[in-house]
Amino acid sequence: MDTTLLAVENLTKAYPGVVANDSVSFTVRPGEVHALLGENGAGKSTLVKMIYGLVRPDSGVMRWNGQPYEPATPHAARRTGVAMVFQHFSLFEALSVAENVALGMEDPPKMGELSARILEVSDAYGLPLDPERLVGELSAGERQRVEIIRCLLQDPKLLIMDEPTSVLTPQEVEILFETLRKLSAEGTAILYISHKLEEIRSLCDGATILRLGKVVGTCDPREKTARELAELMVGQTLHTPSRESEALGDVALELNSLNLKSANPFGTSLKDVSLSVHAGEVVGIGGVAGNGQDELLAALSGEILAAPDAITLNRAAIGGLGPNQRRKLGLLTAPEERLGHAAAPDMSLTENAVLTGTIREGLTQNGFVKWGAARDFANSIIEAFDVRTPGPENAARSLSGGNLQKFVIGREVLQRPDVLVVNQPTWGVDASAAAAIRQSLLDLAAKGAAVICISQDLDELMEISDRFAALNEGRLTPPRPAKGLTVDEIGLMMGGAHDMEVSHVEA
Amino acid sequence: MLRLEKRPAPSRFWSASAPILAVVLTMIAGGILFAFLGKNPVEAIRTIFWDPIFGEFAFYYRGQLLVKAAPLILIAIGLSLGFRAGIWNIGAEGQYIMGAIFGAGAGLAFYPSDSFLIFPLMIVAGAFGGWIWAMIPAILKTRFGTNEILVSLMLVYVAEAILASMSSGLLRNPDGMGFPGSRNFKEFPAAHNDFIIEAAGIHWGVVFAFLAVISTYVLLSRHLLGFQIRLTGESPRAARFAGVNPSLLIVFCLGLSGALAGLAGLFEVSGPAGQISIDFNSGYGFTAIIVAFLGRLNPIGILLAGLLMALTYIGGEAAQGNLGLPAAAIQLLQGMLLFFLLAVDVLSNFRIRRTKNEVA
Repeated sequence: MDTTLLAVENLTKAYPGVVANDSVSFTVRPGEVHALLGENGAGKSTLVKMIYGLVRPDSGVMRWNGQPYEPATPHAARRTGVAMVFQHFSLFEALSVAENVALGMEDPPKMGELSARILEVSDAYGLPLDPERLVGELSAGERQRVEIIRCLLQDPKLLIMDEPTSVLTPQEVEILFETLRKLSAEGTAILYISHKLEEIRSLCDGATILRLGKVVGTCDPREKTARELAELMVGQTLHTPSRESEALGDVALELNSLNLKSANPFGTSLKDVSLSVHAGEVVGIGGVAGNGQDELLAALSGEILAAPDAITLNRAAIGGLGPNQRRKLGLLTAPEERLGHAAAPDMSLTENAVLTGTIREGLTQNGFVKWGAARDFANSIIEAFDVRTPGPENAARSLSGGNLQKFVIGREVLQRPDVLVVNQPTWGVDASAAAAIRQSLLDLAAKGAAVICISQDLDELMEISDRFAALNEGRLTPPRPAKGLTVDEIGLMMGGAHDMEVSHVEA
Repeated sequence: MLRLEKRPAPSRFWSASAPILAVVLTMIAGGILFAFLGKNPVEAIRTIFWDPIFGEFAFYYRGQLLVKAAPLILIAIGLSLGFRAGIWNIGAEGQYIMGAIFGAGAGLAFYPSDSFLIFPLMIVAGAFGGWIWAMIPAILKTRFGTNEILVSLMLVYVAEAILASMSSGLLRNPDGMGFPGSRNFKEFPAAHNDFIIEAAGIHWGVVFAFLAVISTYVLLSRHLLGFQIRLTGESPRAARFAGVNPSLLIVFCLGLSGALAGLAGLFEVSGPAGQISIDFNSGYGFTAIIVAFLGRLNPIGILLAGLLMALTYIGGEAAQGNLGLPAAAIQLLQGMLLFFLLAVDVLSNFRIRRTKNEVA
């Protein structure tokens, strides 16, 4: 058939030590929304970079409408009709929307004309955007619209989107999907990269699944369950986290109108955050990135000090205590950034075990580190959490993201915390490691610890949380029972509709 | 095209052999430099690196080796702790001068007493002088966020001015017929840092340098504080997460490096130099920065690097005397050593790969 827009045949690309793409083939028809599905490191990014002319394949051919297609630069790819929206935006905050759009175009028209065209396109595709506004004032969702409109102005035949929804609220995702469906109806093919299975099921007509650089399957995602897709992606049966006990204990951790100015000028200050967490409970805290998650974790870990009464642990005021004093009392934390925050990249796993384990594991004597005991502790983490590494003397940076994350979470869990706070516990982690980490959090709660899980992955939060709250511009919504929350309600919470929530939260 | 690729873990092999390779490259580049100056490069290199240890007059030079190395090692050990934590004390020269002034002043105040307590008192005063001088950048940094590199460096020049004032004013020898310079400690036995073993060049400063090497080694490898210092240097955010107080660490590292530099100054003024004079300081505080890096900020490495650097001092003097090489050429050689080390250092964290030109 000649309805194939792009055909990729036996594309191979190897980097030193790893074959990123091994003889990958798939086709995209005009108007098709095609998903590229795979875990981190499966080779999705390398594949689209080859299509977009950023990377040259080692072997294999691509065809565009039957003709050989060998883009040497993104410039050549764009002229052919390929456009790409990257996961990380490349926008100048100090320039207006129209100026930013002009910068990314091959030969931009005059400003007035361009603004008119931006309005026209944004109107046609339901992407409201004012061309005169400064990008610095826009939300993440609006910034993405700038990128999309920049692509659409070039009238692409194939639009590549790399994990576009990771920074969006559910409502913004819905708007994006409307746009993409409209585009597809007009005949624009869309190559959609994601690991969010539900999204792919609702949006895509076809899917190519990659694992370790190879195509392991193609399917119609609408005919598969999310679980089937996940298992294709991971290549093994997935274990669904489950929990045993539901009984709640006393209040373990309480935040009383916590106000905190962010130390970072671009950070978000916490405003009047109140929350109480019971022993045996998992509280999930959602929200779009940059709404105070890092600050909340730092306030709880003791890296930023607060008013003493603003944070109480088992009724003792701890707001003014540093990290190690809090550890001693039973409050442990695991920050989002693995390398450079939760762990020191060039230090061994043994040394990284000492990083937070000195107090509760008794790893020092008269100020001297007991390296033997530290190694034993590191080994017990490696064993209990199935961390894949040759041994505890290896540097933290030599571990894959998922393995290091298991180590970091395991290090805290094995210290038997009364309260554990984790930020993005499964960010960038493969599905099986993520399941193991979630299970360990649930087990911890079942043993009577209070767990706070800050995350941007709503599926994760719904899976493990008893109650759900959302951060928006440094404010925390009152928590609501997670069971039965609809996507609309979650979206409203994430969008900061505080007043609405208060009216139906029970005292 | 050559390309640098980050290694998954730092290479132990290159980390250990980089200093040796740097020395060899320095010898080659130095030889070329000497050839341009019209000297026989082989003879010049031999005079600097070989003769002081194995040559005809080695019996004299060998003793000098420890005398020159001790202050370098003592200062470099202190600096290395701060450098490891990312705290850059560049003003050890000033702390060295202030240690000498405080220590010498404490001793001279009791002239001509013969109490055995005088020398220990001078040691304490010397360490205090260096410490208090280093506390200035430490407190300015922790209180007001000033840059310790600038402040500590500027204070060197202040210390030099104080030294000039002291040697022609407060500490001037009353029996010196108006010449600048203090009493000579060789004529003040209770305060003299005499050789313990003269042939080997061992005086109290050498003993303290060895003690500093050993205790720093233990501190870094076994003690929680040493772990926190390394952690802070590796990743400040992780250190804060681990409960390290950055201000305390700044005060500790600057204070300790100041105290050790002060000690070095005291041992120098009361021993090899003999008196406070206007030009008493000879750049040990700056050369020690090279020693610290040449020794990979590792105590044992610093011990070896200090000896090597002392060798270039002694051999350099011999080459100036015997071959008429200018002093600047010797300083250039010492600078080259650091330059090459930093360049070769890349290999411990990166490997060089040959690549085909790829489209960016």
